[in-house]
Amino acid sequence: MTPLAAFLIVAALVFAIGLAIALTRRNAILVLIGIELMLNAANLNLIAFWRFGPHSSGTGDGLTGMMFAIFSIAVAAAEAAVGLGLVIAYHRHAKTTDLDAMTRMKG
Amino acid sequence: MIAGVGVVFLLISVLTVAGALAAALLRNLVHCALSLTVTFAGLALLYLQLDAQFAGFAQILVYIGAVAILVAFAILLTRGAGAPEYRNFSSSWFAGLSIAAAVFALLAWAVTKSLPVRVPAETAPAVTVQSIGAALMSSYVLPLEIVAVLLTVALIGAVIVAMPEAKATKPLPEKAGGK
Repeated sequence: MTPLAAFLIVAALVFAIGLAIALTRRNAILVLIGIELMLNAANLNLIAFWRFGPHSSGTGDGLTGMMFAIFSIAVAAAEAAVGLGLVIAYHRHAKTTDLDAMTRMKG
Repeated sequence: MIAGVGVVFLLISVLTVAGALAAALLRNLVHCALSLTVTFAGLALLYLQLDAQFAGFAQILVYIGAVAILVAFAILLTRGAGAPEYRNFSSSWFAGLSIAAAVFALLAWAVTKSLPVRVPAETAPAVTVQSIGAALMSSYVLPLEIVAVLLTVALIGAVIVAMPEAKATKPLPEKAGGK
């Protein structure tokens, strides 16, 4: 197993666990945690390919994969803030974070 | 021992995956948030293993410093600490678990069956924080500005969404209370 494949397997494992959390847990905050885990797994893939790919050859400056990962981290942070804000607003409104009880968002 | 990877990598991977599994299985939401922090730290260590120092420290700052704290605050604000009043797992947990296992099997099959990348050289890319900063200010300046606007809009929007609503002008019809 090459080092790249080992990192990709770890990323696939983290992605699958995040997907399992998002699909099976009933708390809205935990579903957001699962989405964060999936985004992190994608970031690990990006950085692994940056490290083990042909980073220094070609016309680029060898930074493309790294930049992709950094921007992905920034977008994931914005997503977490908005998602948790929505959960808090819904909890103030309906006093629950149970996804099975969230059937409508209209006041 | 798997050839080609070191003991350090195996230890960090086990830590990362164990944290993620604990976040998936624990009942107490605060414990889930803490094990999520362990997973984030393990991923930062994996980035450092990959010679991506800037991404590793950005991971620590953004995820452990901000996102994990935000999750902990959200859990406490929604009174999620302690045992929940409803069951932890959805009624269709078996289908969700099957889908996740199928996705992992597909990804692992693709990774192990694919041809290895012909690595030009086993040298670490010579990337310093200085070169990243210079690139952010020159060739990546447009994505940087777009991300800056996106972060500003998203954070202001999150604050506005989470703000207590202004007092209603007319009394709301009595709505169904909590559960």
